[in-house]
Amino acid sequence: MRLKITHETGYRYDHPAQALVQSLRLTPSVHEGQRVTDWQIAVSRGQRGAAFRDGAGDWIEAWTVRGPVEEITVSISGLVETRDTAGVLRGHRETINPLVYLRPTALTAADAALCDLAQGVAGEDALDLAHRLSAAVTGAIAYLPGVTEALTSAAEALALGHGVCQDHAHALIACARQRGLPARYVSGYLHSTIDGTPHDAAHAWAEIHVGPLGWVGFDAANACCPDDRYVRLGSGYDADDAAPVRGTTFGSGRESLDVRVQVEEMSQEQ
Amino acid sequence: MTMYYNEMVDDGRVRAPYAMLSDWIETMPAEIRQMKQAEAEALFRRIGITFAVYGEGGDPDRLIPFDMMPRVFLQGEWRKLERGIKQRARALNAFLRDVYGRGEIIRAGRVPARLVYQNAAYEKAVVGFVPPRGVFSHIVGIDIVRTGRDEFFVLEDNCRTPSGVSYMLENREIMMRMFPALFRHNRIEPVDQYSELLRRTLASVAPAKCDGAPTIVILTPGHYNSAYYEHSFLANLMGVELVEGSDLFVDGGFVYMRTTQGPKRVDVIYRRIDDPFLDPLCFRRDSMLGVPGLMDVYRSGGVSIASAPGAGVADDKAVYTYVPEMIRFYLGEEPLLQNVQTWALWKDEDYRYVMANLKELVVKEVHGSGGYGMLIGPRASPEEIARFRSLIEKNPGNYIAQPTLALSTSPTFVEEGIAPRHVDLRPFCLCGDRIELVPGGLTRVALREGSLVVNSSQGGGVKDTWVLSE
Repeated sequence: MRLKITHETGYRYDHPAQALVQSLRLTPSVHEGQRVTDWQIAVSRGQRGAAFRDGAGDWIEAWTVRGPVEEITVSISGLVETRDTAGVLRGHRETINPLVYLRPTALTAADAALCDLAQGVAGEDALDLAHRLSAAVTGAIAYLPGVTEALTSAAEALALGHGVCQDHAHALIACARQRGLPARYVSGYLHSTIDGTPHDAAHAWAEIHVGPLGWVGFDAANACCPDDRYVRLGSGYDADDAAPVRGTTFGSGRESLDVRVQVEEMSQEQ
Repeated sequence: MTMYYNEMVDDGRVRAPYAMLSDWIETMPAEIRQMKQAEAEALFRRIGITFAVYGEGGDPDRLIPFDMMPRVFLQGEWRKLERGIKQRARALNAFLRDVYGRGEIIRAGRVPARLVYQNAAYEKAVVGFVPPRGVFSHIVGIDIVRTGRDEFFVLEDNCRTPSGVSYMLENREIMMRMFPALFRHNRIEPVDQYSELLRRTLASVAPAKCDGAPTIVILTPGHYNSAYYEHSFLANLMGVELVEGSDLFVDGGFVYMRTTQGPKRVDVIYRRIDDPFLDPLCFRRDSMLGVPGLMDVYRSGGVSIASAPGAGVADDKAVYTYVPEMIRFYLGEEPLLQNVQTWALWKDEDYRYVMANLKELVVKEVHGSGGYGMLIGPRASPEEIARFRSLIEKNPGNYIAQPTLALSTSPTFVEEGIAPRHVDLRPFCLCGDRIELVPGGLTRVALREGSLVVNSSQGGGVKDTWVLSE
């Protein structure tokens, strides 16, 4: 698919901020499943700082803004050609050993219930096990927005029985690590759900490292593996570590956010 | 009965290093000694050096007892130690370069992957990044014990931010002030060049983007930290600014320090705060001690950080057991300094041996420090041994065991006069464009009779450490 992405984030402060520092992981990663033909990050003020590709293969770009700042907009627009690799992350340059992703974090620690969920399935091999774990998570957490929040842990989401894509990803990561499979959190965009309903939002899923195949994506929230409807930005231990934007604002003002994401399919002629 | 190596006396005869001190001791009347001891304490109080060494906790304002009797090494003894220490510091840095790069030592099956990649101190964020000159640990503190004339063992390595060097410098300063005659009559190698060597070491790892003379700062967590005195002491000696996180900020691709003359770019940060607190945008979000955006600047080569984030993966007690392997693998040399024999409780055979011999062994937590979370079998009650046994059963991977070492003794002033007390040594090896080691280090002494624990939280004191010139 040819996907056109526009992603605009507006920050407003009720008292002007003195300064802002942001670390952006907002550029699609490079692999066989996607090719970036155009990508631009524009920040309405300030200056671009450090920019580099890290060991996980993510492009990081820092921005700093000196105040006083009342509002600022981070605008992303780009064009990505995607193709279906059945969830397998191929041709992605990274140097981090997969074993690093066995480490639990606060958001992905497995409690007794997650351990039970993880131990409750059997697989013929690692790939089969990963599929079954993903299906188990889909079954255990029903999609329902508004029940969980940004800092809800995998264990809490499972206890609630409801959640959004972040919770599915966290629970699946916890289960996979519990079974000795390295797993990580991936942030990105999704064009439409499998029945064709437009998604038009930031999305997240899990990647599990399965032996010779390497990293394979699993979207437990949508009961599938990522295909050409997905655009992959970057990864981390959990949602916090993989966050597309991490920032600090200096000042006493309260911040309000306005986020707009659009993922459109472009016809071939365009 | 265990025999301890007495560094001063052998069979009633005074050993060479201490020969010139024995007269000094014998001719000093008790009143003078007490007066001098009081004077030394007053001096320490006045300069304010009262912090706990090695993050041991305890009362930060408590004075660590200073023993006026120096610990002495002959030139020949020291040269051997020096070669061993430098060799170890080179190997540790080679290991860090490797595990954040291709991981050759793991591919070669010489170090288990789990120990490195699942280590809490391994920082994913710096994988693939090579710091200037390939140095990760710029100040390596290597804790050494002696058990015989030619027997020295490394107890542990400290690759992050080892403290205690201000004691090394102040102990010497105070000895020279109180006993100038001793220094006139003996040829004792100086240690006061340390601060200049440290400054040069830090300057030598300035990032490529630095033009002109590098600006160096020491980053401290603040005056509540138990080692704050050392931070300000070193900043003062080096003539660099002592800053807290809030004194620094990131603008564009660089780090700046706020000064009365406006922002000044910073090239090298000697940080005395731990990795998780360095940058809320990369590590712990709730850290108020660090500098937001610092790690992005670091990873793009805009600033250097000493020690490099992630250096801690080389110095836990499990990785320690592989340092001799590192020396053989990276340097193609045999280790000049030996490790203490160590049993890893996660290995079945070792587990069986240790559990059957807890009464004879010392058991330590892999990530523990400061003499806490540790069992000294021969000194422990049956209840303590039983408690440790169940702790180990629950999590064997968290423990190592070592034989109870017969630490050497050095003469020490006690109530009754002079008596042998157990000692250890922490030298501070500097790694930049060159590897430097000042002749000396920090000697810690267990002041209680018979005690083998030199930690200041448990009745330890400090001594000046002499290396005699030829």
